Amino acid sequence: MISATALEKRYGRKRALRPLDLTVARGELVVVTGANGSGKTTLLRLLAGLAAPSRGTLAVEAERGRLGYLAHEPLVYRDLTGTENLDLYGRLYRVPERRERVGMLLERYGLWEARNQRSGSYSRGMLQRLALCRALLHDPDLLVLDEPFTALDADGAALLDRQLAELLGERTVVLSTHDPARVEALATQRLVLA
Amino acid sequence: MSYLSDVLTLARKDLRLELRARDTLPAMLLFVVSILVVFHFALPAGADDDAARGLLWIALVFTALLGLARAWAPERESNALEGLVLAPIDRSAIWLGKAVAVFVFLAAVEVVALLAFAAFFAPVDGATILGVLLADIGICAVGTLLAAMAAASRTRELILPLLFLPLAIPLVVGGVGASIAPDPGGYLGFLALYDALFSILCWASFEYVVTE
Amino acid sequence: MSTSSPSNRVPFIAAAAAALVGLAIVFAFFVAPEDADQGISQRIFYFHVPIALTAYACFGWGALKALLLLWKKEERYDLESYVAIHQGTIFGAMTLLTGSIWAKASWGHWWVWDSKQLVLFLVLFLFYSAYFMLRFSIEEGPRRANISAVYALFGVVLIPVSFLAIRLAEDFIHPTTFTRDGPQMTGTMFLTFCIAWVAITTLAYALYRVELVGKRLDENLRELREALTA
Repeated sequence: MISATALEKRYGRKRALRPLDLTVARGELVVVTGANGSGKTTLLRLLAGLAAPSRGTLAVEAERGRLGYLAHEPLVYRDLTGTENLDLYGRLYRVPERRERVGMLLERYGLWEARNQRSGSYSRGMLQRLALCRALLHDPDLLVLDEPFTALDADGAALLDRQLAELLGERTVVLSTHDPARVEALATQRLVLA
Repeated sequence: MSYLSDVLTLARKDLRLELRARDTLPAMLLFVVSILVVFHFALPAGADDDAARGLLWIALVFTALLGLARAWAPERESNALEGLVLAPIDRSAIWLGKAVAVFVFLAAVEVVALLAFAAFFAPVDGATILGVLLADIGICAVGTLLAAMAAASRTRELILPLLFLPLAIPLVVGGVGASIAPDPGGYLGFLALYDALFSILCWASFEYVVTE
Repeated sequence: MSTSSPSNRVPFIAAAAAALVGLAIVFAFFVAPEDADQGISQRIFYFHVPIALTAYACFGWGALKALLLLWKKEERYDLESYVAIHQGTIFGAMTLLTGSIWAKASWGHWWVWDSKQLVLFLVLFLFYSAYFMLRFSIEEGPRRANISAVYALFGVVLIPVSFLAIRLAEDFIHPTTFTRDGPQMTGTMFLTFCIAWVAITTLAYALYRVELVGKRLDENLRELREALTA
């Protein structure tokens, strides 16, 4: 699914990611850990296609429509409701049976009551759950999650745990976290960035 | 065609956002009327209609700048632009959707502006209206792309006018010419040429403005 | 890493430029006949026009490198595009300066709106000055390179469009009051002009190469420093 050789990223003089090799097969769950500034976010952005490698090679067998990405920011519009945000992305990703899928996700992630409220009024935990819905909306083959547990409350974290367990073997997941113990049981590969 | 539906989806999103927030449009309206009032005081008594028409175009350019400065504000809030860039759509559709929305706002404001101008200064003829519409296309196409560039810069609000004004000069020439020349055809044609050339350039190059 | 032979040619190019410029000055001030109407101020013309043409060439070169950057995605094109535009802006400023001197000498005003060339350069100077403000307000990296490149392409489209606009403006908005015949050039004058043109172009190319070498050296030095302290 993913293969990288001597993958490196520089921004001008700053080295954001030291050269690394990586191979990820379909259905794996890769946990990326490392200190702040070690390049976790950079690596995930490279995998998501938001940045291009400075050196080395990177091959990801998932085109844009089959890839779901969770960033530090929720990437949603504050003045749109939860439903409207997901509907927008649903259209852009050409999600079949969009309305049903949006409803299903909102319900599963405990956002059904708040679905018609401005997402600007959501709590941090709710926003993160909405962002997760956005990433999962089109049932992507590859999920790239940047510190998904960080902003989640206990309920949200439990939901994510369940979701990851469900995806294991079916979809490929690469996630970064400060708390590797959480996903220890599910991880098929551990990557520590220096 | 999915490209057009993407553009419409995005344009509709912007219209909806503005109708909810209601901050940019009223500001532009108030601005353009205020600036026309300032012009009354700035124009000496003997100034003729043509001078006033020249000033109209200044008002339009600066009002457009006001709107353009806010064009990408919703995307900046939660970095939503990245969400759009990730989507499996043509990146130029992001530009076009936004430009269409800005055009709608600008045109709405200009209706009021032209009415105010006709009341304060001099009548507005068909050539002027057509000139305004054609110039709007150029303003929205180029301005939307430049605003995206400015959004990537540290000095956002400062730099957008600097980027926009040199590129707006041909539009001002075309617009003023259409307003005051006895035969506006050449000027209108020039505006159309500007629109065509720069729209194609914007369409082809927007991808590179928002990706690495 | 530019330790290969191309940078060894730079001193030769610089020497050639210096020699040609010297030759051009000699021709312009001593060999070419004095113009009956304008006198000594006309000699500035030998430099003013080549400087203007060279500025256009620099902007065009910068746009070409920008296109290559966007197409091939090789980092080096970013620096080459930047340096070309930098040179173009310098020569553009020189165009405005020499044009202004010529205007003062010919018509007694430091600035005339009637010279289409001059007005065009004013607009371009504004445009390319904004290029630098834009570039230096974005963090170094691929984003900055891409945005600079797109802006450079806009510049090159703006050049003919602005020229057309200025011509249209003259029709109704600002009719010309001074008529200016281009200088009728005799044989020697034309030769002087050509020498000056070649000289200025070579000078621009030399400056371009020198600046590139300088900037690349800077980069290599930085990389070395990083490698040693890492």
